[in-house]
Amino acid sequence: MFVTVLFALLFYVATAIFLVGLGMRIARYARTPAPLKIPTTPAPTTRRGVVVRMGTEVLLFNSLFKANKWIWLFGFMFHVALALVLLRHLRYFLDPVPTWVVLIQPFGMYAAFAMVIGLAGLWVRRLFVERIRYISSPSDHLMLALLLGIALTGLSMTYLWHTDILAVKLFFTGLMRFELNPLPTQPMLLLHLFLVASLMVIFPFSKLLHAPGVFFSPTRNQVDNPREKRHVANVKWMIAVEKPAASADQ
Amino acid sequence: MANFETPELQETVEIPALKQDVMSHSRPFVAKEQFQAPLGFPGELADDWKDVAITKLGELLKTNRALQVFMDSCVKCGACTDKCHYFLGTSDPRNMPVARQDLLRNVYRRYYTLPGKYFPKLVGATDLTEEVLDQWYSYFHQCSECRRCSVYCPYGIDTAEITMATRDIMNAVGKGQKYSNEIIGKVFKIGNNLGLPQPALEDTLLGLEEDVKDDTGIDVRFPLDEKGAEVLVVTPSADFFAEPHIDGLIGYAKVFHAAGISWTLSSHASEAANFGLFIGSNENMKKIAMRIREAALDLGVKRIIFGECGHAWRVAYSYLNTLAGPFDFLDPRYPVPQHICEFTHDLIQRRVITLDKSRNDHRRVTFHDSCNVARASRMGDMPGGQFVIPREVIKAACNHFYDMAPETIGEATFCCGGGGGLLTDDLLELRVKGALPRMSALKQVVEEHEVTHMAAICAICKSQFSKVLPYYGFQMDQIISVHQLVSDAIVLDGQQ
Ligand code: SF4
Ligand code: SF4
Repeated sequence: MFVTVLFALLFYVATAIFLVGLGMRIARYARTPAPLKIPTTPAPTTRRGVVVRMGTEVLLFNSLFKANKWIWLFGFMFHVALALVLLRHLRYFLDPVPTWVVLIQPFGMYAAFAMVIGLAGLWVRRLFVERIRYISSPSDHLMLALLLGIALTGLSMTYLWHTDILAVKLFFTGLMRFELNPLPTQPMLLLHLFLVASLMVIFPFSKLLHAPGVFFSPTRNQVDNPREKRHVANVKWMIAVEKPAASADQ
Repeated sequence: MANFETPELQETVEIPALKQDVMSHSRPFVAKEQFQAPLGFPGELADDWKDVAITKLGELLKTNRALQVFMDSCVKCGACTDKCHYFLGTSDPRNMPVARQDLLRNVYRRYYTLPGKYFPKLVGATDLTEEVLDQWYSYFHQCSECRRCSVYCPYGIDTAEITMATRDIMNAVGKGQKYSNEIIGKVFKIGNNLGLPQPALEDTLLGLEEDVKDDTGIDVRFPLDEKGAEVLVVTPSADFFAEPHIDGLIGYAKVFHAAGISWTLSSHASEAANFGLFIGSNENMKKIAMRIREAALDLGVKRIIFGECGHAWRVAYSYLNTLAGPFDFLDPRYPVPQHICEFTHDLIQRRVITLDKSRNDHRRVTFHDSCNVARASRMGDMPGGQFVIPREVIKAACNHFYDMAPETIGEATFCCGGGGGLLTDDLLELRVKGALPRMSALKQVVEEHEVTHMAAICAICKSQFSKVLPYYGFQMDQIISVHQLVSDAIVLDGQQ
């Protein structure tokens, strides 16, 4: 019971920090003005074009692909696998389980391996490519360790030490209705859940902010139309200096 | 020559092994009080400079979304680490874009993020100290704000934005750069970067009219401050007397002459470049940009056209409408502003002007995409028009054109090594080393296609290459203006 209460609290707190922290950060990005037009050109000249550009960045990592095939390969592998694994995990939270979640189930299982390979590849590069080692701080290594820890503990439950998955599901669906159901105390499970909660807490304060950040990046999300449409933002320096009246202007 | 070694030219871009601190000595002269004051900056570090700097950083984070997002989003993936020409040319790891950003980011983390406040070591956060300020001064003056790194970053993080912000902070605490700030002062006082006053400008232009007359037998005009002209031409002041820039200016004049379109230069806005961009000072950038609006109104022109200048074209194309617009008093049939290449290109297409390519047959030409034209602006109405239009103009003016390797042109173009406020002799070592990737690419087309000339559309590129070409065994006059090719090829009625 102690463990159940502890983890229930942990997940409530972690979820709150994650949602509030991330929400505040996103609000900050949205509120901060982008005073000038700075898309990295060539850039799309229409909104629709920007949606396509953003799509290729977020779904295919287009710029990264141009930059470095190895980083792209491992990074892409990790992110796609992570997405699959996360979607697969929906079955522990949704009742009844939607068909599409059932359908991706087998892929999700392999994805966990892809995730490990991707993370390992990134870490090897971080350790052995001189340039990347140079720019890494301890937190960059720890982040990889944390993600790898989550993936490995998860895998170990699939293949080595099975856990009572139905009880786990009851625990989480219960949490969503503010009910307490006992959580199995299998160590791998507890470690897995603890690491996941840690990741949620760290998220809004770390480089994981790249996830919302990319959508707000002016070099990627601005339309290239400064001559056609006058871009204005509410910043002091822009409105402070009076401009001389134009004959046709006023 | 100077006390450094010119790097060896390479077959392809090679990624060097890191050599920590090899460029930490490189820093431009600091601006004295007299150059700081006209821009509204303090003359020297005050006792409370740290607080001023941290507060300024906070302000910038609140007023520039790019800075806030870029500070948070970098995942240290390393994709940008081998993309900067200054890193490739110097091997100094702090010239890797992400490492340059980190000089500011580490301070940001320390003062503006929770982990940085409580676990600075863990996330690499650092206190702002005089040593850090020195590093800023050194390495944020080893970035030409060329945006090459921003092309490759998965989040579009543009180190140029971070360089500008940091230079703005340094100016706010009284550690400005002499070169840029002195020049901005001249623009405010006299109207252009070179401090060329109206009478001198008039003389120069009259001299040019005589030269062209001697050369061609035709009265091609170089009008100054002529009210009622159709077009105001704003061009970098180097075009008035520096080589090879001046041949470009002669080219513009001939194009206007041949097309029969009246034009004028302005002594009030006798400078296209806007160094406010370089120092990240939006206030100054706006003030400088306003001169162009004032001149346009005063002279009653209908169109504004910019001469060949890279960072100037960025400010003109991307910012002018924001900074000094709206321009609804100009002829709405033309974009405001237009690039001289757009103008000439259109005239060629419509056969208003005729070019005789064979007059350039003694030249085999390649084209250097200037960084800020390539990655911070556009020409024409198609994305990428900034690559197509100048090449079309060149190809219409000469028979032999060869592009450099694809990974060194277009959006991947390498900066000349002198952009973004670094075109000063106190940074010569940096400029020579930073030119390595471009020089290597040039060498390749020289060997493969016997290229004799490299054309460019940027005043900084032209000056920089004139200076550094000899270091790499080329001739300084191998760099030419695109409109010099036009000038030599254009067929004028009654020409001798
Ligand atoms: S490419 Fe972007 S995210 Fe990657 S290290 Fe460089 S700045 Fe950071
Ligand atoms: S903007 Fe250009 S000079 Fe500056 S760090 Fe990026 S690549 Fe280097």
